Amino acid sequence: MITAMTFVIALYIFMLAAFTGYEVISRVPSILHTPLMSGSNFVHGIVVVGALGALFNASSVLEQVIGFLGVMLGAGNVVGGYVVTDRMLAMFKPSTKPAAPAQGMPVTGARS
Amino acid sequence: MIVLAYCVALSGLIASGLLVYGLKRMSSPVTAVSGIVTAGWGMLFVVAASFLQIFGVSDAARPHIVVNVFLAILALVIGGGWAGWKGRSVAMTAMPQMVALFNGMGGGAAAAVSVIALTGPTDTGIGQLLVTVAGGLIGSMSLSGSLIAWAKLDGRMNRPLRFGGQRIVNAVVFVLTLVLGVLAVAQYHQPGGGLMALLFFAGALLCGICMTLPIGGADMPVVISLYNAFTGLAVGLEGYVMAEPALMIAGMVVGSAGTLLTVMMARGMNRSISNVLFSNFGEVAATAAAGPQKDAKSVSPGDAATTMRYASTVIIVPGYGLAVAQAQGKLYEFVKLLQAAGVDVKFAIHPVAGRMPGHMNVLLAEAGVPYDMIYDMEDINDSFGDTDVALIIGANDVVNPSARTDKSSPIYGMPILNADKARQLFVIKRGMGMGYSAVQNPLFFQDNCAMVFGDAQAVLSKMVETVKGLATSS
Repeated sequence: MITAMTFVIALYIFMLAAFTGYEVISRVPSILHTPLMSGSNFVHGIVVVGALGALFNASSVLEQVIGFLGVMLGAGNVVGGYVVTDRMLAMFKPSTKPAAPAQGMPVTGARS
Repeated sequence: MIVLAYCVALSGLIASGLLVYGLKRMSSPVTAVSGIVTAGWGMLFVVAASFLQIFGVSDAARPHIVVNVFLAILALVIGGGWAGWKGRSVAMTAMPQMVALFNGMGGGAAAAVSVIALTGPTDTGIGQLLVTVAGGLIGSMSLSGSLIAWAKLDGRMNRPLRFGGQRIVNAVVFVLTLVLGVLAVAQYHQPGGGLMALLFFAGALLCGICMTLPIGGADMPVVISLYNAFTGLAVGLEGYVMAEPALMIAGMVVGSAGTLLTVMMARGMNRSISNVLFSNFGEVAATAAAGPQKDAKSVSPGDAATTMRYASTVIIVPGYGLAVAQAQGKLYEFVKLLQAAGVDVKFAIHPVAGRMPGHMNVLLAEAGVPYDMIYDMEDINDSFGDTDVALIIGANDVVNPSARTDKSSPIYGMPILNADKARQLFVIKRGMGMGYSAVQNPLFFQDNCAMVFGDAQAVLSKMVETVKGLATSS
């Protein structure tokens, strides 16, 4: 089923995806590093689709048990990753008022 | 049937497009929130569409399909429900270990797919089997390694476990695991093959444990990021085995993005990845005991607050100690009072403040601090010279001038915040203890530096009271 051509195409996919990942991350401000780690953690949760495929095709109890575990872990990865990322990102909001201008003499500190 | 196959395949295409686009949007603070939502829709779509596969399962699985679908839904509800509840309820300071835990689960799922491919009845070619073994190895290591990282960050495992010849033991375990993997492929669908596969996965799990045990808590963020990349790679490889291009793309994108993130994090801590993985930090530090013999000055919270109230510029350097004391909210209350009094206040964040790059930004954001008051190290380091007061809260190593001057110091060369250049320094600290790197900090003995001893929460409460008192009396 898997011919030499599909194998080579798979390598192309891997190569292009690797460049994509590099480009997506390369110019990121450091304030977003943690949310992005969590976000990419969510993205690889797509493994749950593979686990679902394996579970649907299970024909023995052993396969069913392992498939069940795989889907459960994968679902945890997806939902947990999403919730944590969403919570972190929800906190990035700009200030509603402009930042207080630098003024006021340090010695007098005169303010009504 | 052919229409169905196209539907499943195209759903993967759409989903991987949405996931990558979402990740791209997440890389800017302006679009980040919509980014995770976009990626979320993509994921929901592909998971829903994967249920179409139940109409095209193999003949052997057809009699079991009802049970299998029931099991799948049950697993989704249990796994998703538990993680959703956990992710919602956990405190923001505990985020790094949650990321580690969820990442480990992803690695475990990839390993499970690999187990089925290696032991299941479906006939698979030798090339695919080798890819399966590679993905299984990486996924299993990511699972057990992430769990150790989680335990360390969660304070369940405090001391790095090290013993003589550890590196040799680790290397032997790793090589044995590889041999078992090759044997499992060679004995595929033959007597003993199942046992070999079982031993192989046990060995792979052991590898992850051995690799993570000797690494200290301070390096855990780098390690988690590395395991995140590992899981991505494992998912990509299992995607090839399952003939699911969406998994290949999403997995490999995370694999390379995660690798880059890991390198960026390690660079922020002035360490290389091999340095994190194979050398034991802290061991060098014991020799650098001979520090300055002067006593540090100490000052009351009230005096420090008054000085800041009548300063014109204040830069605050927060560290993990602030988060431990849960004092971000109190700090922002104090900052708002200073701003109301006309003081220009900025936050300076070291790339590794907190426990991960950007962790401190998240913690400050949680307290409501707008992100345009928060400055990265490169943007603010030149301003310290013109600043009246630098207030350091629960930070230590990131402002240690030895990193610039003392070649014998283990943190020599690490980029630091130039807080020592400010006209006056206040350091809020519990006591004279040392930072994570266990190095003495000469900053505390500088003439323009004064210590404010106490718990950050209590000290900041006193400071807020003082400034409020000044406002009413003037």
